[in-house]
Amino acid sequence: MEYFAQQFINAVQLGSIYALIALGYAMVYGVLSMINFAHGDVFMLGAFACLLLTRWVTPPFPVVLVAAMGATAIVGILIERLAYRPLRGAPKASAIITALSCGLVIQNTTLSLSPYPQPMPAILANTTHQVAGVSISSIQIEIIVISIGLMVGLDLLIRRTFFGISMRAISFDHTSVPLMGVPVNRIISLTFAIGAALGGAAGLLYGLAYPVVGATMGMLVGWKAFVAAVVGGIGNIRGAVLGGFILGLVEIMSVAVLPSTYRDLIAYSLLLVILIFKPYGLLGSAPNQKV
Amino acid sequence: MASYQKFNGFAAAGRWFLPALLALGFGFAFLNQGHPMLNPYAEFILVALGINIILCMSLNLVNGYMGEFSVGHAGFMGIGAYASAVVSVKLLGGGAAVVGGFPMAVLAGGMAAAVTGLLLALLSFKTRGDYLAIITFAFLMIVKSGFENMGYVGGPRGLLGIAKLTTLPWTLFWVAATLWAHRNLLYSKFGRAVIAIREDELAANSMGVRTREAKIIAFVVSSFFGGIAGALFAHQLQFINPSSFDIVKSTEILVMVYLGGVGSLGGSIIGAVIFTFLSQALAPLGSWRMVAMPMILLVLMLFRPRGIMGLKELRCFLPLREVLIRVKP
Amino acid sequence: MKFPTLIFSLACIAAGLSGCGRPSEPTIRLGLNVELSGEMPSVGASSKNGAQLYVDKINEAGGLEVGGVKYKIELASRDNGAKADQAAAIAQRLISQENVLMMIGPNSSACAIPAAEIAESLQCVMIAPWSTNPKTTQNVTTGKPKEYVFRGCFTDVFQAEALAKFARNDLKISRAAILYDVASEAPNGQANLFKTTFERFGGKVTALETYTTGDRDFSAQLTKIRASEPEVLFLPAYYNDVPLVAQQARRQGITIPFLGSDAWSSPEIIKLGGQDLAGSYFCNHYSTEIGLPEAKAFVEAYTAKFGQAPNDLAALAYDSLGLACESIRSARKLDRKAVRDALSKIPKYEGVTGLFHFDEGNPDPVKSACILQIKDGKFSWVANVNP
Repeated sequence: MEYFAQQFINAVQLGSIYALIALGYAMVYGVLSMINFAHGDVFMLGAFACLLLTRWVTPPFPVVLVAAMGATAIVGILIERLAYRPLRGAPKASAIITALSCGLVIQNTTLSLSPYPQPMPAILANTTHQVAGVSISSIQIEIIVISIGLMVGLDLLIRRTFFGISMRAISFDHTSVPLMGVPVNRIISLTFAIGAALGGAAGLLYGLAYPVVGATMGMLVGWKAFVAAVVGGIGNIRGAVLGGFILGLVEIMSVAVLPSTYRDLIAYSLLLVILIFKPYGLLGSAPNQKV
Repeated sequence: MASYQKFNGFAAAGRWFLPALLALGFGFAFLNQGHPMLNPYAEFILVALGINIILCMSLNLVNGYMGEFSVGHAGFMGIGAYASAVVSVKLLGGGAAVVGGFPMAVLAGGMAAAVTGLLLALLSFKTRGDYLAIITFAFLMIVKSGFENMGYVGGPRGLLGIAKLTTLPWTLFWVAATLWAHRNLLYSKFGRAVIAIREDELAANSMGVRTREAKIIAFVVSSFFGGIAGALFAHQLQFINPSSFDIVKSTEILVMVYLGGVGSLGGSIIGAVIFTFLSQALAPLGSWRMVAMPMILLVLMLFRPRGIMGLKELRCFLPLREVLIRVKP
Repeated sequence: MKFPTLIFSLACIAAGLSGCGRPSEPTIRLGLNVELSGEMPSVGASSKNGAQLYVDKINEAGGLEVGGVKYKIELASRDNGAKADQAAAIAQRLISQENVLMMIGPNSSACAIPAAEIAESLQCVMIAPWSTNPKTTQNVTTGKPKEYVFRGCFTDVFQAEALAKFARNDLKISRAAILYDVASEAPNGQANLFKTTFERFGGKVTALETYTTGDRDFSAQLTKIRASEPEVLFLPAYYNDVPLVAQQARRQGITIPFLGSDAWSSPEIIKLGGQDLAGSYFCNHYSTEIGLPEAKAFVEAYTAKFGQAPNDLAALAYDSLGLACESIRSARKLDRKAVRDALSKIPKYEGVTGLFHFDEGNPDPVKSACILQIKDGKFSWVANVNP
């Protein structure tokens, strides 16, 4: 019993990080109907931003978190301006390829500048607590709490603010929205900024949980979070969160129960099965197609 | 006789070009086999180029002409590579010993990949667009993980001892076969169905276009040739392991397609050529090469979002009937 | 059609130019086929640094003397991106296009094996500095050793035996768990060899868990391992995975010591792993405590030039270059076959990673391994294992 409880905590922690990243994908897809493949690398930059910030001084954790989020938000806006805005009219696949190239450029530049894996400085104290035979570390708790806090914050933002309403309006019908006086370009930039900031926060938290960071960490995690977002229903904020947790659960539980060599096989087969039965994701709905 | 069927001297003038080029190519390839004129490195690169052309063209069928976004092509390549390797190493005991062993192995690779392509096609009936992209990604990961767990083919350590059977003439043969198959398919009724799916699937369906059949044929053909490319790859490198067929490889093939131009056979060739040569030419840059290449693609996308050849086609690849339609007498 | 033609011609020109460039004084060109990009760029970076250090040392002393003429050494480093097909392409290019006299590398076994096939078929000497997979120097179809491919380190078979013997005899351990990267060549081989060897010596493997390259979360596997109650955990992972596993293991309350392979020997591992690794043992090619003056000088020079202490990759690359130059010198001519024969006959070479010698017909060097322990924030020598 304790064994499964332990695994469950592991799953929640992993899932909350996947959920944070998946949110970034969902937001951008919601407004632009575009998969932002550079998101995984923005995630990686969040961890590297922390490395840069803590190189000479050791600011307190909240400062580092806000600074990392700010830095990645700026990167997100830059990517949008330089690579996606010029391609708004182009076929979607080209925009995706552009996103992919952007991501590769970011990843490989970081790789060339820093080929060696770097240790993450311990800016959060780490103590292990034993609760009913299950070991929980304080970092795990902090990650779960911060992730949920950010997700709740985002949900409030989407539902209660002008920005949130505009974002949802754009994802619903982007041709008539500018006619209503909504500054579409600014909203889109802001969406990218927030999505990237969440990704950056996820990167920082991931770096704290697994304190060896390398430039390639964004790629695989990025793809996995993307799969999570789609399984939950792409473009759907709550779906993204659900997808993230499901992926975390599936990955951990398949190792818990079966030999660990089969993990990827099981996880992806399961996701495939979910998509076969619910082709638009768990919380997604089939888009109305006009002919 | 309808006017378009009358012999149009100008339009038909360039028809000798492609056959002549192929004949020259084969002649050179066979001559090189007997009396090596090319540096082994140059030969290696040409074979790699041939494999890339086959990969690029077959992916272009699904991504460019049909408008889907498949990232699983490396999976088909992997299945083809492993299937052909198993045939030539385990079943034929070294391949070279048996007459016709190599073509058998390559075809086996293609067929195995085609079967999985069929599976993917069936899955694609319910989903489109980005969801299909995910399904193809999941497929790729499943294939890779599957091979890593299969002790019979060496698991993650890979399969060794594949005979070096991919020669320049064989590569050229398969490139020509791919080109022939794609060209004929795309300029037929089936090809029009594929393009119709890209432009507007629902409308096509309502007009009576048989979209399901078109999708099946497209995926099966695409994966068949992806498997062929994988088989050639296995017999060139003499060693395959699952990490050669991961998302990075799929991304490389995608890059080639978009670089050369979607929906264009000539574009596939140009994309493969540029990519192969740039990879080698930029080698002195070390790890900065992987920054330069996506950067080049990025800049290209900003100016020509559909790739160098866009949806256009080189005259020599069009069937005569098409040329006559397009060129005014 | 002008735009595509322009791009194509530029690409061709670039391709052509890349082959040019002939230096004026007598030079020997040696190829270095390493992983500078892809999933293990630090492997290639260290390797290149170590190799370059040796080459600079020779060149600063006036060059390598071969048959009375002094030659400068030119090191052509090419990136294989840690991918098998690229490694093969680079091997082809170095041997056929750039006409290197010998090739050093690749490091990872997955890249070394295809490159070795090519070197063997083109009859150019290759020294694999770090690849411990026995298949690198073996001809798969005949089962006999290859003629032109040599190794600069011990094999996994030797390493697994050394570790298993140490665990059974010195640490008196009978229950071991293993956690390894299923998708990575070397750790996979080492894990399986250790299992068979440990069981052969009477031990029991209580858990055999895997993960895949790039994974960061091992909590599920570690929970399973903890439940199986081992006395030691064998972790044949690269040094960027080990600290993560160690940390997560400690967090779960796993207090047993770890056992590692030669992939641990980068000093980075202490920086990254800290306290979690204290008391762990691993098998290495060398120890800085061996104290040979050559080794000390190497460590000082490397640290001065590159700002960090050298790891096993740098040291092995340095020694491989040394072996290469020694064989060229004793061959007295710049011919691949002569160099190959000279290399196989080297009676004794004193490198920074220990003493090498090659037996005729065996491309794997006769070298001893040492067991090191991570104690007080550094590596300390525990025992030597001789073949």
